[in-house]
Parts: sequence; C-alpha cells; structure tokens
Amino acid sequence: MQQYTDIEEEKEYNTLNLGPTHPATHGIFQNVLKMDGEIIVSSEPTIGYIHRAFEKIAEHRPYYQITPLTDRMNYCSSPINNMGWHMTMEKLIGAEIPKRAQYMRIIIMELARIADHIVCNSVIGVDTGALTGFTYVWQDREKIYEVYEEICGARLTTNIGRIGGFERDFNKTTWEKINDALNSIEKRWAEFERLLSRNRIFMDRCIGCGPITAEKALGYGFTGPNLRAAGVDYDVRVMSPYSSYEDFDFTIPVGTNGDTYDRFMVRNTEIWESIKIIRQAMNNLPEGNYHADIPEFYLPQKDDVYTKMEALIYHFKIVMGETDVPKGEVYHCVEGGNGELGFYLVSDGGRTPYRLHFRRPCFIYYQAYPEMIKGAMLSDAILTMSSMNVIAGELDA
Amino acid sequence: MAEVTNASVLATLQEKFGDAIEHAYEPYGMLTAFVKREQIIDILRFLKEDSTIQMNFLTSLCGIHYPNNEGKELGVIYHLHSFTNNFRMRLEVFFPAADVDMPTATVLWPTANWMERETFEFYGINFVGHPDLRIILNVEDMDYHPLLKQYPLEDDTRTDKDDRYFGRDDNKGVHFDKFPGKAQLPNK
Repeated sequence: MQQYTDIEEEKEYNTLNLGPTHPATHGIFQNVLKMDGEIIVSSEPTIGYIHRAFEKIAEHRPYYQITPLTDRMNYCSSPINNMGWHMTMEKLIGAEIPKRAQYMRIIIMELARIADHIVCNSVIGVDTGALTGFTYVWQDREKIYEVYEEICGARLTTNIGRIGGFERDFNKTTWEKINDALNSIEKRWAEFERLLSRNRIFMDRCIGCGPITAEKALGYGFTGPNLRAAGVDYDVRVMSPYSSYEDFDFTIPVGTNGDTYDRFMVRNTEIWESIKIIRQAMNNLPEGNYHADIPEFYLPQKDDVYTKMEALIYHFKIVMGETDVPKGEVYHCVEGGNGELGFYLVSDGGRTPYRLHFRRPCFIYYQAYPEMIKGAMLSDAILTMSSMNVIAGELDA
Repeated sequence: MAEVTNASVLATLQEKFGDAIEHAYEPYGMLTAFVKREQIIDILRFLKEDSTIQMNFLTSLCGIHYPNNEGKELGVIYHLHSFTNNFRMRLEVFFPAADVDMPTATVLWPTANWMERETFEFYGINFVGHPDLRIILNVEDMDYHPLLKQYPLEDDTRTDKDDRYFGRDDNKGVHFDKFPGKAQLPNK
C-alpha cells in the first residue's frame, strides 16, 4: 500500500513560455518560466532572435560603413552609438576636434538620452496600467526626432555626424527646433512626473519590484541608470569625460534600493540634468568650425566633390576605404542610454577593423534578469524588464 | 593611498607574478599586459582583491583570432576598471588554436558568464569550469565558430558579386580566385 509522506516534494510546477513575441515584453525576448501558481520559481532566458553578426560584418566594412551598424544596436538613442563610434575612430587616428563640434555633439547626445529615457519611463507607466502619460510624452520624442531629421535627414537609424564632427553646421531651424523641443519637454515632463512619481498606486506597484543590491549589480557588470539606481555613482561622462563633458555642471542622480521605482526616478532626474546640459551647451557654444581638419577621414561637402579635385580624391578614397589608418588597439566608451557603451577596436592598418568588439550594456546586465525576478509575480517580471530598458537590438547585436 | 598608475600597477604585477607577465605596453594610454594562460585567474583575482589597485569591475571580455600567429592564434582580452581609482587596464592571453582550454572568470565576476558564452560561440574557446557553456546568440546546432578568420563573411559559392576592383583581396570577403574568368566590371 502506498504511503503519502511529503506533499511538497510532489508539488507540480507549470512551465510558461513568455515570448519570444509577447506583446508585453516590447521586443523579441523569450523566457521559459517555471511557475508555482503565479510565483516565478526560475527562468531561462533565450536571446539572439535578432542577432545580425555585427562584429563579423564590421571586420569586412570600411570605417564609415560601420556607423550604420551602430545605429541598429540601441535604436532608441542611435546618435550616441554613432558618435561613440566616431570618437573611437578619432581616438585611433589622433584627431583634434574643435570645441564647437564637441558641444554640438553633446547637444545631440543629450537629446538622444532624453528620447531614450522618455521611451523607457513612459513604458513603465504603460506596464503599470497608466497609458495616458505615454501618449502625451511621445509627442516630445517626436520633437527630438524632428531635430535629428533637420540635421541628418533620418529619424530612427540616424547615421548622424562624421568622423571628425558633423556633416554641416546646425541651421537656424535646427536651433529653433531644439529650443522648442526643450521648452516642450520641460513643460510636459513636469506634468508626467506629477502624474506618476508620487502616485500611490504607481509607488505601491514599483517599490520593491525587481530589486538588486549594489554589490550584485557590480558583479553582474551593470552600468548606467540601472547601476546608479542601486546606489553606485558611476557615470562615464564624469569618470572618463569625452567630448568636453568636463566643461559642464550637472549632477548624477543615484538611488538606494535598485528597484523599479529607483530606476524610474533616476531616469526622470537624468532627463532634467540632460536639459540642463543642453542649455549650458547652447549658451556657451564656442565659435569655430563644426568639423575637424582631417581631409583624409572627414567626408567632404558634396558641392566640393563636384567642383574641387582634392575633395573628389578624398571622397573617393574615403568611400572606397583607401585611407591608411594607424595600427593599434583602442578602447573608447561613452555613456549610452543604458550604460557604458564601449568600442574595442583592433586595427592592423587595413581598410577595415581587424577586430571590433562592442561592449553592449544590455547584453551584459540582462543576464541578471533571472535572479532579479526569482520569487516575484509574473506581472513583476514584465515590469522589471521594461524598467531595465532591455533593447533587443543592443542585446543581440 | 598611493596613486595607482600604469607604472605602479605593472611594477606590482611583475614583482608578484614575475614571468607570468610576458610583456606590456601602453597603447593610447591604457596599460596592456600580455600574461600567461595558467596564471590569468590568479592575476585577475589579485587585481580585484588588492587593497590598493581594487579592479572591482570587469568591463568586457572578448576573443580575437590571428591565424598566422603560430602557437598563439587565439586570444582572450579582458578590460578591467577600478571605480575607486578610476583606472582602466587590459589583459591579453594568447594560446594555440589546437589547445583552446581557458580558465573561467565566472569565479570572480558573474558577469563573465554571458561574455564567455559569447566568446565560446564566436571563437570556440572552451572556458573550463564555466557553469553553462552553450551557444548564446546563434542557433543551438551551429557547429562552427563564425568569427574565426577562416570563415568568409559571404557564402563563397556566390558568383553574382565580384568587387575585386574595389580593393578587396582574397582574405577579406569573397574568394575571387576560385572563379577565374567571371570577373566583370560592375554594371552601371
């Protein structure tokens, strides 16, 4: 006769396939969850659904043709990726960039950061049931995209700028649009914060959801807002300033618990800091050229290509990848929307990189996700993912 | 606290590990040390736990392949960062392609887990002691390691594309010499 001894041992768990194309995960992520009722016992993430072999392709493309690859990593803030790559190249060739071009870059990179954080924070709102804020603030994101459009003609995958600076100086309309965007964001973001930041329902939902300690976050290689929410004040803009960030006065917000609410608040505050940085850059914009004097790497103006011999030669050499670059290895990093976006470039002097490794912050911190949602409810898993701002393009490269 | 510089870290490492530090240089200001495979984890642990250097953060880990560098074809590159000293450095380990066992860094940083899986997938480097060494980005049954230099970017049976007139040579891209007589100038 069979005897029942330990009921717990025979407990049945359910397996739940979350993704790969689940509408609530905002991207292509698969998680196989082991569920005890609505509690997550363990999870197994599968990634790579949109892997496009960027590192392999980059070994076969001249330097300018790599910029569009970087667009497609974190596509919520592609200008930061573009400029990070251009700055890596400038570091390799030792180019000196005029202050004006550096300040212009900062304006665009901070606009991109704002756009990135708008997406992330408004989606946190959506995942907690507050769709209204999302529909409002996306109008500001649209205004930022119009600024990109005015400068480079593209919106999402921008391919903005050149090695050495910008393709053209900002015209009057651009400055007007930047001003307009900032005024509008300031007004509407204050409203958005009033809607959520001290909202009792929102706070109850977010506080304590998907927390991580500072020690664990460091071990898992967190950077950017997610690390700062855990209480570590690491920001590449301050620790290794690039593009003259040292000239600006801004603060780095940090959280304490590393939970969804802290991540939300850190991003909120960063939007205000970014606005502050852009205003400083616009008020103190130095006179000078908008690109460096490096004809071998900076694509010449199209008018000149048609009328000047030198410009035509350089244009041809650059497009065909015939300019010599120094041999060497260089690591350069920028503060992307999600953290330290690094480029490790090994050049053998050829027309393409010998090796190009992208340090993609999403890829590195997403591996902590199973640990962060262990023991949480299913709906917390969704919220944790959107508050970590995992971008599939950057995750999978 | 003594200031941490390239020279001081290198001197400490050489004093502590002697021959394990093969050589070092400073490309673009970053200390880069080439170290022996057997001692890489000891060196990483020392750098992480030393009270002065405090390399608490593993920034990135990636592989590299030099097919013509005999006996040292494959490499693993570690970028380390000390937040307290704001000091970065790079460690490189090279070993033969026939012997791809490499000790795992997951014992020091959990973040090395996916980085090593990616490196295993791209270069076939076997990280001994890794808790879950599987392919991560590509399909599970892929039986080769795509970032090794012997694999061309494009399918080399492809005949419709020939851009040798644009400076591409044999080892970068399409293998032209397999298709003699098919060369044509691109259609305008």
